[in-house]
Parts: sequence; structure tokens; C-alpha cells
Amino acid sequence: MSSFDVEAIRNDFPILSRKIHNNKTLVYLDNAATTQKPSSVVELMNEYMYKHNGNVHRGIHQLSEKSTEAFENARIKIAEFFNAPQSEEIIFTSGTTESINLVAHSWGRKFLTKGDVVVLSEMEHHSNLVPWQLLSKDIGVELKFIALNEDSSLNLDSLRELLKSENVKIVAVSYASNVLGNVNPVKEIVEIAHSAGIPVLLDGAQAAPHFKVDLTELDCDFFACSAHKMLGPTGVGILFGKMELLTEMNPFLGGGEMILEVGLTESTYKEPPLKFEAGTPNYIEAIGFGAAVDYLTDLGMDAIHEHEVKLAKYALAELEKIGGVEIYGPSEGRSGIISFNVEGAHSHDVAQILDGEGIAVRAGHHCAQPLMKWLKVSSTSRASFYFYNTESEVDALVSAIQKVKDIFK
Amino acid sequence: MSLDDLYREVILDHYKNPKNRGELESPDLEFDGHNPLCGDTVTLHLQFDGEKITDVKFQGDGCSISQASISMMTQQIKGLNPDEIIKLAENFRSMMKGEEISDFDMGELEVLQGVKQFPARIKCALLGWDTLKQALGQIKS
Repeated sequence: MSSFDVEAIRNDFPILSRKIHNNKTLVYLDNAATTQKPSSVVELMNEYMYKHNGNVHRGIHQLSEKSTEAFENARIKIAEFFNAPQSEEIIFTSGTTESINLVAHSWGRKFLTKGDVVVLSEMEHHSNLVPWQLLSKDIGVELKFIALNEDSSLNLDSLRELLKSENVKIVAVSYASNVLGNVNPVKEIVEIAHSAGIPVLLDGAQAAPHFKVDLTELDCDFFACSAHKMLGPTGVGILFGKMELLTEMNPFLGGGEMILEVGLTESTYKEPPLKFEAGTPNYIEAIGFGAAVDYLTDLGMDAIHEHEVKLAKYALAELEKIGGVEIYGPSEGRSGIISFNVEGAHSHDVAQILDGEGIAVRAGHHCAQPLMKWLKVSSTSRASFYFYNTESEVDALVSAIQKVKDIFK
Repeated sequence: MSLDDLYREVILDHYKNPKNRGELESPDLEFDGHNPLCGDTVTLHLQFDGEKITDVKFQGDGCSISQASISMMTQQIKGLNPDEIIKLAENFRSMMKGEEISDFDMGELEVLQGVKQFPARIKCALLGWDTLKQALGQIKS
């Protein structure tokens, strides 16, 4: 069903052949929470810890030089992977959450004042809501929200309407929903916002792992994602920012690495990206992120996307057949995420019964409580696919859901 | 670990047909509880005659374990005084932790024994009881 050999790929992920509860084969469908890691990522990180560990950008010794080179190479690889205009526009952070907090803090506090408006949407993950709420509490900016259409897609007319106000200073939206699987029309959103002279931040956490993201073509002003959702380790992610914005922004955290010269009462700072990388960075993890990006590049993002879309289509059709399963999200233009509820059963019970069959899904509000309210549900179960999932795993999911129905009939 | 121990018939029955679900017209005490981890909620309405709980109703939203546990709890506490209820709540908590309970009859609550094999679900079973304990704290003060 795809242009690559899934069974061969699965051999690169040792965890996929482990057993759950003694005798069930793991069916891992919680990829929107975190993905599994291929051997190449784990082994490269091990190699650096075992053989080459030395702090980056500091020592005049071979280990430090080797680490620094690998760390900076990872930055270049990631910049190329996302087709960023310059690798200096890629800042290593701890992940999407820190990246968005960085923008809200360093850009927001520099350029926004009371009465200014930040435009978000009703489908945002808490990580693209709470940093702006904190900013709002601190300096009195106002938050406004792009409305959702009935099919949960973003209502671009409502964005156009919001942009009529001169107080709007930034638009921050998710590229792809972590709950509903919508892939938002971000190219159009950037064009609409830019024609009003407004910069755009894209939360790319659920986009970057699954299809080609081209930052030059998108022309967005900020872009954030996390390594662990795309084969890499936890604790590292990136913020892309356009150089002219990064140059003008204040630093986020202060400390070593980000300074040029430090006096007792004042300091000067390095140019981006190091200006935003105070302290020892997660360089081993960043090197692992580089290896993850290599793996994805080898497979090909288009092939990955094609496989996931086919798998999700197959799953949607199979779930439809058994009945009694409510599926949320748009009918068109969705990624490999399926949120659903089984009639008469709470999502935690669904996840529990699935776990008994070795199937890992997420249940709850998925860090998107406002969206749950919009859906008028308290929670959903969510199956999220990646390129290593198979049709037979979808079949296992469907028959486990049948078991849920039998228990809660 | 067996799912059959968790999803016992009695539990599923309480989930599908909860006892004492609803509101009291003029409760002496109304108390909300929720579990931020999973979003389960409960609102307890209590009638108190100065000595014992004479009536109780609940509303809520959540998984089968939390809602069935609350339903069973409301049946057990009617007619008990706060000290007796707190003793029952403490024994229930001990049961969830897998501790030995001697000289105490848990009655129908025994069927929730199986929950202790599922650590992530213990908080579900305790939601109603923890909320009730807080409510009783208000009665006492």
C-alpha cells in the first residue's frame, strides 16, 4: 500500500516487537503523543555519550570540537529538512512548548502593549493558549479566536474579520490539530495575515513528523516543533524565526552560551541563534534529532504522508462498518489522527480495554479543553498513526473496539 | 491482571443505571469534585439532619469506575453519621491500596477490589469518596 516496505522499516524500531501484558504484541497508536525511536537515533546518541562527549562551544579540545561540530551539523540538517532560509534561524529549545513560550515572552514583551490583540484559534493545544494567556495577564493584551466551521475546519472569513482591527499584532495557529487531524490551510492563513502586515506563528508539532514542511515557501514568521514526535529524543525541539525578528527580540533565558561580554550589571549578547540558547544546550538530544531527520529524509516525507493517509482512510472505513462509533474531525484534508467515542463507553474505559489487547491509544481531553467544549464532549479516544503502522494493526484496533462494545452494550 | 476483574457486572450495572443520580431540591450541602488528570467530575448534594446523612444525590461525568463507585457510595452512606462515613472512606482507600482490612464489612463495595490491579484507575474509584470527605469536613466545621 505504500512506496516503502513497512515490515522492513519495523525492524528499525525494536520496541515494536515487544509484548504488552506478557503475551500481546504491541500495537502502538499513540504517535501524536510521542513516536518510537529507530535504532539509528538511539545508537548515534549512545556513540556521542560513550565516545565523544564534551560540552559544546567551549573547550579547545577534541571532544568539545567533535560535539560542537555534530551539534551545529544537526542544526544545518534540520534547517535543510524544513527548507529554512538560513540555519541561524533555527533555535534549539526543549520542544514546541518552550518555543511558543519563547515567542510570547521575547517577542511579545518587546513588541506588544496593553490593548494589542493576539489571534489564536479554538482548536489550539494548551501550549499555544497558555503562554499567550500569561502574556495577557502580564501586559494586558487581548486574545481573540478564529472560529471553527461546522466540520471543525478553521473559518478563514472570521480571520479576515479579526484582521480588520488594527490592534491585531500576531496570528498563532496550529498547522495540524492534535485532536481532530485537521491539516489547516496555513499557506492561505499566512497570505491573509501578511496582506494585513501581521506575522504568523505556526505550531508545527503535529505537522513536522507527517508531511513536507517548507518554511521558505510558507513564509511564516515563526514555526515550532518537537523532536520526540518525529523519531527523535525528548527534551529537544526547535523554534524557527525570521532573522529580522530574532535580531530585534530580547533574549529569553539568560546565562552562559548566549553572551558576548558580561559585566556585573550589564551584558551584551551573541547573534541568533545562540542569543536564545542560554546554558548548556541539550546537544546530545539535538544530535539525535539530526539523526531522526536523516531517517525521515531517507524514507521520504511524501511517501510517509501517503502511507498515513491511506491507513487513516482504511481505519475510518472499517470503524464506520462496525457502527456505534462517533468519529470527530473533518471528512477531507486530515492527517493520520482519528478521535472517536464508542457509544455508551467513556474514553478511559475504551483505552483500558484496548490496552488489555496490547493497543496503545490516548484518552482524555488531549490538552485541548476548549476544543472539547466546542465538540460538546468531555473527552475522546484518539488513535494516531505513523509510517510504521500497518493495516493489520488497524484490524486489531477495530476488533478491540468491538470488544468495548460487547462489554458496554 | 484481568479486565474481567475491573469490569464486573455490578460495576457496569451501576454505570449504566446509576443509583441516586440527580439533584436534591434544597440540599444542606452541595460539593463539587473533579479529577484534573482525566476530567472526571462529580457534584454531591447532601441532606444532613444534624446527626446523619439522610439523603444524597449526585451528578457527574466520567468513566465507568468513577461513576459506578460514586453510585455505590451514595447507597452505602445514607443513614450514617460523618464519623462512620469517614471510617468507611478510609477503609475504601485502604482496599484500593491493597491493604488488609480486618473487622470491617465493605458490603457491595467489595466488587471494586479489582481496581487496585490498575494503578491508573484508583483515582477514578476514589473521586467520589475524596469529594465526600471534603464535604464532610465542611459539615464538621
